[in-house]
Amino acid sequence: MDCDHAYLRVYHYLDGEMTVWKRRAIKRHLDDCPPCAQGFDFEIEIRRVVAVCCTEEAPAALRHRIGQALGLE
Amino acid sequence: MADQAEFADLAMPFMSGLYAAALRMTRNPADAEDLVQETYLRAFRGFGGFREGTNLKAWLYKILTNTYINIYRAKKRRPDEQTLDELEDFSLYRRIGGLEAVAADRSPETEVLESIPEESIKQAIEDLPEQFRMAVLLADVEGFSYKEIAEIMDVPIGTVMSRLHRGRKQLQRRLWDLALERGLVPSGSVPAGK
Repeated sequence: MDCDHAYLRVYHYLDGEMTVWKRRAIKRHLDDCPPCAQGFDFEIEIRRVVAVCCTEEAPAALRHRIGQALGLE
Repeated sequence: MADQAEFADLAMPFMSGLYAAALRMTRNPADAEDLVQETYLRAFRGFGGFREGTNLKAWLYKILTNTYINIYRAKKRRPDEQTLDELEDFSLYRRIGGLEAVAADRSPETEVLESIPEESIKQAIEDLPEQFRMAVLLADVEGFSYKEIAEIMDVPIGTVMSRLHRGRKQLQRRLWDLALERGLVPSGSVPAGK
């Protein structure tokens, strides 16, 4: 497994959409290759930032409106 | 109806997540609220046909997505699919890599990323072409699997993977542009060509 090979599969790896064997091969490469490991960590960091930015609380007025529309209140 | 309370118990906890997704889809709070309300009404009407043991969260997001497409996108053409080929292999990490760390204990990449204001990152996400934006939101914010996203968006898994890949790459490209605009990376490091 070389770096390009590992990087090509970064999303499958991080998405958990990979067989156990392929996962292990990538993991081995990351253990041996700090630059790739950092690159993978950075992808995780981007996701974390995106998820944080996209987290919202539904407005109370909306909750109320939907509750009423459904005949719950 | 006996169903009402059960529906409320099961479906209401997903409201904030649905609202967040709706906000990134419609890009404005009033439309997002209407979209979520319509989603709940449709879901409630279809709840009788919803089978116990199936994935309620994915089912709700599918209704949200379909409702969005039917109502908010009805007049629009589909301009999204052709815009991206040149961005395929952009890697923000590799682009920033090599810049010197501002603080010794943190990587320059993280430093740059954390210096971009939240509003700009939201904007970058909202600027993504719709199909890519939805795939990225469903995966990276909601944590759906490829298979679930394929069902929600009603496309093959290969299409999901492609949209995710391209959406994520385009987002990184946009974040890079933002970092450049804000002087977080030296302008001399403008990527040559596409």
